[in-house]
Amino acid sequence: MKIVIMGCGRVGARFAGLLESAGHNVTMLDTDSYSFRRLPSGFKGRALVGNGIDEEALKRAGIEHADVFVALTQGDNRNIMASQIAKRIFGVKRVICRIYDPLRQELYQNLGLEAISPTTIFADILMKKLEG
Amino acid sequence: MYIIIVGGGRVGYYLAKALLDEGHEILILEKSSTVCETVNEELGSICYRGDGCEASTLAQVGTGRADMLVAVTGEDEDNLVACQVAKHKFKVPRTIARIRNPSNEVLFKKLGVDVTISSTNVILEQIAEEVPTHPLIHLHEIRDKGLEIVEVKIPQGAATVGKALRDITLPQGTFLTLIVRRAQKPLVPEPGTILMADDQIIVVTDPASEQELRKALRGS
Repeated sequence: MKIVIMGCGRVGARFAGLLESAGHNVTMLDTDSYSFRRLPSGFKGRALVGNGIDEEALKRAGIEHADVFVALTQGDNRNIMASQIAKRIFGVKRVICRIYDPLRQELYQNLGLEAISPTTIFADILMKKLEG
Repeated sequence: MYIIIVGGGRVGYYLAKALLDEGHEILILEKSSTVCETVNEELGSICYRGDGCEASTLAQVGTGRADMLVAVTGEDEDNLVACQVAKHKFKVPRTIARIRNPSNEVLFKKLGVDVTISSTNVILEQIAEEVPTHPLIHLHEIRDKGLEIVEVKIPQGAATVGKALRDITLPQGTFLTLIVRRAQKPLVPEPGTILMADDQIIVVTDPASEQELRKALRGS
């Protein structure tokens, strides 16, 4: 599959490595080229500097032919906006969006966005650990 | 009206000031405590510190009874989310977003924001008005109706000068509403009205017919 990931932080870079090992074609998009240092050595995908809320940058990243778009920057609103562009403007079939704020995650999930809140998930994990 | 303004920067500050003067109930949501303090000192206690994109903050300031939410932070994505949360979670009837990137206008409309204002476009329109050779000036967009009001100026030596309006074929759905003529009172166009050089014609049209309209009135 062709996958575009916006945000090359720890999660983005690690996820890109996993996807590549599984044989997928990965393009990373980040506003800061320094963040590409996190990509695993021998990464064969593309790494582009650009802002994912800009349609031109998304086009350069090949969004028009992408099967999956994943938004993983630090900014909830940036992820939300980029995901909606991918879905509504470019018609990407599968769009996954990270939203830290649980309330916003719930709202956008109801609006039809596949949204994940690491905050809720991690808090649940901690709770389970403590309750053992 | 109860109007919530997201973002207490320069735009938000002066907007709040003007709307307060008109007698509206205004609340500004602002993340920065220092900006909040300044606003409260100068305009009275109307600034609440909080993130206007967070549903919990919006709930605290009674967004459910707001008539309008205007998002004027410096970031397009924040303005989009503030408007969407207001619209979908709190059913605010009218949401307005400031946009920096003019190409976001289409996206924001598609995503349910009622009105977008692009400072770039506003300045561009103003420049067009100041340039005397500009053949067609956008005066006003009639929102949600797909119509706009434009001004077409008849240049010296245009093929249409001296022609009666009945002899000019206009694009469908186009209405000439007023002719502003030098040193005369504005006149309502009639079939027998003869066009003169330097006439400024105020027209209601569909944006798609602009070019055809310009050609019809200016002969080129």
